[in-house]
Amino acid sequence: MTKNSPSLRLSRRLRPRGLAGLVAVRIALAVLTLVVVSIIVFASTQLLPGNAAKAKLGKQATRASLTALEKQLGLDQSAFHQYVHFVGGLLRGDPGNSLTSGQPIMADLTPRLANSAFLVLVAAAISIPLSLLIGSVAAVRRDGILDEISSFLQRVLASIPEFVIGLALIALFATSVLQVFPAVSIIPPGSPPWSNLDAIWLPALTLVLVVTPNIALIMRAAMIEVLESDYIESARLTGVPERRIVVRHALPNALAPAFQVIALNLAYLAGGVIVVESVFSYTGVGVAMRDAVLNRDFPTAQVVTMIIAGVYVVTNLAADIGTILVTPRLRTRLA
Amino acid sequence: MTIDLAQTIANEAPAPVVRTRGVLRRSLRLWRTRIGLAITVALVLVAIFGPYFAPHDPSALLGRPYQVPSPGLPLGADYLGQDVLSRFLYGGRSILLVSVISTVLGVGGGVLIGLWAALSKGWVDNALLRGTDILLAFPQILLALIVIATVGPKTWLIVLTVALTTLPRTVRVIRGAATSVVEREFVDAARANGDSQLRIALVEVLPNVIGALGVETTFRLTYAVQLIAALAFLGFAANPNEPNWGTMVSQNSSALTLQPNAPLVPAVAIALLTVGVGLVGDGIARAAAGIDRGTS
Amino acid sequence: MSAADDGGRAVRVEGLRIEVAASGHDIVTDVSFEIGRGQVLALVGESGSGKTTAALALLAHERRGVRIAGGRVTVGGVDMFALDKRGRRDARGKLVSYVPQDPGTALNPARRIGAHLIEALEVHDWGGSDQRRRERVAEMMREVSLPDDPEFLRRYPHQLSGGQQQRVCIAMAFACQPAVVVLDEPTTGLDVTTQAHVLATIRRITSAEGAAALYVSHDLSVVSSLADRVAVMYAGRLVEQGSAETIFTAAAHPYTRQLIAAVPRIEVARSLAAIPGRAPSPGSRPPGCPFEPRCAIRIAECRERLPEAAVVGPGHTARCLRIAESKATLATTTPAPIVAGADHAEGIVRVGGLRAYYGDSEVVHDVTFAVARRECLALVGESGSGKTTVSRCVAGLHDGWDGTVTLHDAELPRSARHRTRAMKRDIQYIFQNPYGSLNPRRTVGQSVARPLALLGEDRRTVRKQVAGILERVSLPPQYAAKYPDELSGGERQRVAIARALVCRPKVLLCDEVTSALDVSVQAAIVTLLRELQEDLGLSILFVTHNLPLVRSIAQRVAVMQDGRIVEAGSVDQVLERPEHDYTRRLLADAPRLSDADPAPDPRAVS
Repeated sequence: MTKNSPSLRLSRRLRPRGLAGLVAVRIALAVLTLVVVSIIVFASTQLLPGNAAKAKLGKQATRASLTALEKQLGLDQSAFHQYVHFVGGLLRGDPGNSLTSGQPIMADLTPRLANSAFLVLVAAAISIPLSLLIGSVAAVRRDGILDEISSFLQRVLASIPEFVIGLALIALFATSVLQVFPAVSIIPPGSPPWSNLDAIWLPALTLVLVVTPNIALIMRAAMIEVLESDYIESARLTGVPERRIVVRHALPNALAPAFQVIALNLAYLAGGVIVVESVFSYTGVGVAMRDAVLNRDFPTAQVVTMIIAGVYVVTNLAADIGTILVTPRLRTRLA
Repeated sequence: MTIDLAQTIANEAPAPVVRTRGVLRRSLRLWRTRIGLAITVALVLVAIFGPYFAPHDPSALLGRPYQVPSPGLPLGADYLGQDVLSRFLYGGRSILLVSVISTVLGVGGGVLIGLWAALSKGWVDNALLRGTDILLAFPQILLALIVIATVGPKTWLIVLTVALTTLPRTVRVIRGAATSVVEREFVDAARANGDSQLRIALVEVLPNVIGALGVETTFRLTYAVQLIAALAFLGFAANPNEPNWGTMVSQNSSALTLQPNAPLVPAVAIALLTVGVGLVGDGIARAAAGIDRGTS
Repeated sequence: MSAADDGGRAVRVEGLRIEVAASGHDIVTDVSFEIGRGQVLALVGESGSGKTTAALALLAHERRGVRIAGGRVTVGGVDMFALDKRGRRDARGKLVSYVPQDPGTALNPARRIGAHLIEALEVHDWGGSDQRRRERVAEMMREVSLPDDPEFLRRYPHQLSGGQQQRVCIAMAFACQPAVVVLDEPTTGLDVTTQAHVLATIRRITSAEGAAALYVSHDLSVVSSLADRVAVMYAGRLVEQGSAETIFTAAAHPYTRQLIAAVPRIEVARSLAAIPGRAPSPGSRPPGCPFEPRCAIRIAECRERLPEAAVVGPGHTARCLRIAESKATLATTTPAPIVAGADHAEGIVRVGGLRAYYGDSEVVHDVTFAVARRECLALVGESGSGKTTVSRCVAGLHDGWDGTVTLHDAELPRSARHRTRAMKRDIQYIFQNPYGSLNPRRTVGQSVARPLALLGEDRRTVRKQVAGILERVSLPPQYAAKYPDELSGGERQRVAIARALVCRPKVLLCDEVTSALDVSVQAAIVTLLRELQEDLGLSILFVTHNLPLVRSIAQRVAVMQDGRIVEAGSVDQVLERPEHDYTRRLLADAPRLSDADPAPDPRAVS
């Protein structure tokens, strides 16, 4: 995994003044990325053979119903106008109506967003500290039998598709073997996700099992690289106790690469919820996305895509700023 | 500049000689590579030759839905009453083929662009990386879904989108590995000789990132299988009636207690395939890094 | 044993043996020496001699894959190997401390300078109070001539220059007033001027703090200006030790004498004597004298038994059976042969008004020079002076430049890509680092044959020419099938030279071609380049930071500072009667080998 993201490198090239400048450039790049993403998402419906209305209605379309839907979707207007309308709707928080239900998209998505966010946060809150700990300990005890076994298991776990992990957990905990959790995690409308903790355990555990090995393996590699460095040998030759070397000397230097990989994995969580929520029928945006795609409800799919891409970009932005803050070489370039 | 001298002398303590050649051969000495390879080969054989050994037509309705195993149906029947064993033997081909093709496309394109970026440096490099950043702003599965939402689940479309999500990751990895190679003086020597950029990329640089490429290919293949299986699991396969491990899982997942073979056999097959390929990649990575000592 | 009855010795090493953990092969064999209080002992050797490994044993430290297998190290009366883990940790930094080779990587990038220094004291609970420790840090900063204000201590390592970083490391090493400090090539990465200042700091602080020092180095010139005593290592053994004066004026061991003979001198032009062959690596060391295979005066007995350390004079021992012959027949200095004068009428390469840019900044300003046929022009300067950029512009490797570069009066396009085959063939480049300039995935033969593709020769001719050119650089023809990682550094550089010469160029651009090599290998490469220049009538642009080396290879020299040529002229004129202040300073700071033994002493044989 790269230590510095290319955007960091780019911002270095642009030579911004000081910390504030550096952060400003990063924010500008994040906004730019979102704009390009929105263009791609928007363009994906434009580039189709025929148009979206035809795609939705399929073969049974009559001339009249097609024109009506085209008008409803604004397809009779210029592409630029449609794009402005699309972005405007997103920014206003009112991106239009679902093609399936005819209801405003956000009315359905808002409670689901809360459910998904809660699920992702629970998974992140467990897996991040856990993986950093596992990775660091494995690095310190590297090549020992424990490290060998744990890194093997993590590699295996990291390779298994998330829906298989989810199914395995259901088979283990929600069926005949151990019936402790519900297999299906439907959260009744109107009730907050934290009032249904039973429903959240299995999906959260699945996400934890998917994400933890990824972060832990990178953390292990980053720590090993740091522990092999000259300055750690120098610290040992100065008589610094081992515990202090790991915590005070090595850890701060391993954090920057860890931030980057944590951001990548949080972003993955945002996408991974689609599959995991589907396994458990969890009432979140992931299932909404799946249903939207199944029903060709592309306005909803576009909105969910923009939300998830937004989460991704913001997480990466946070990781880049975090990297700047823990890397003196970057932080101290105050003019 | 004089750091090189420093390094030469720092290397005084005789480190175990890490041969730059034969990373792949070295990786085969590690037990995890061997296990991974054995699993992968076994699954690939099942996927390719399975249909010749299938006892029944995979689409024939031979029993009651979710019928438990019996002598005629050794793994029982699925949600429609089709033979689970036959569908399992037929169901690996398309998943494997689609994954391999999209990985080859994605990794191949990624290698070329990654080497191009590393050799160009400057604004070309920055522009290419910026481009990959934008592609990376979509979680893999999301990019596939948004395209499927508009066009529908076509096989060529799945291949292209999986390749497209593979490409930026490969670009980053290969560019990263090549950056240090490009700085080395033999690349300058080739430039002084007037060699073309393409020749430098393929003859001088590529053989020096072969370890990274090996690791990258296996990991990307793992993710391609994961992604394609996940799409099938979500219900997006080009042909939902065709036997496919991913669709088998989703179609039968409600019968976990009733007829566990139906969802679990294909699920385990997918998991073994991804784990096998992943372990091979891990072995190559370890061999390339020279991490492993004495466990051969 | 208490410190009191140690006879004024700070360090005593007896029969030290260190091996490769995996194979059990010796890296260091039977090494014994002592260092008195306030004394500096230089441990000298070429790469692979085991000097750093032996030095780290003073801290009871084993690098990865290496094991201390025997012997005894006593520091300040404490038996280092008898200490447990905790005891070793306490001793490190307090009783015996370490100054690393590369301060740039040895300081933690995430920690402030002050934190480094305070910690060095704190972990040993030195001084008892924070107040006292802060005072000590300020005191140490003044001793190494760095600012002691809080602002400076709050800086991070990357905000310091290489020289300042090394001073911080030195301050840390001396902070707890250890009995001995191990300095591992502490000036290797530094420019001469910085090196001179750091050496002066080391000299001052060792006497001020009354600590003994073990100074590990490959650079005899540096050692001669610093050490009280010198111990020479070869193939894991101490082959000779004595006072610095004795070693540099009356060395006894053939290896020492030949090593001294290989060092270029700034005062006088001399041909550098190379040592043939290469040092045996651990596992393939001969049972007899390890130097025997390369020794010019060996006898049958040398192969059969390892010589005991023979006493040559007071405090001077050498492991050699042929000490008398060595002193009588092996010269440590050889006058340079007369070089045919260059034909200045025939300026082959002319550079006029060269300005080079990286991005928007101009790094080379208006540089003009010419290299004649059969002439070697040395381009000298410190790092960042722009000397390498100039040679890269001439080679067409860097295309951001203005001005003119002509070859045989034909103007050259900026980039090698736009030059004709004849132009590319006529100008060949040899790179600094032979470890980087050969593609590890291609055989020597493939690498050497590549430039011939420019000429479109058929396969048989190519093979013949490759074999011929390998022979010309003294490599056997079967080397064509080897990969670079099977070759030593010197051999690689010969391959690089062969690659440059294979298509019979007119001009060679040599970029610091010896700086990554040991001094005895450097001598061989310089000798080879001189021969080639003579025989083939080559013009050479020799880029280097090494002033003494200039004397042994070039006829003319141009001194560069901050992208400008500040002085140019014949080598004798510039090095003996420098006119520019910068040249004078460079000359004053260049370490010199202080030997006063111009000729072998015939009386030694009797």
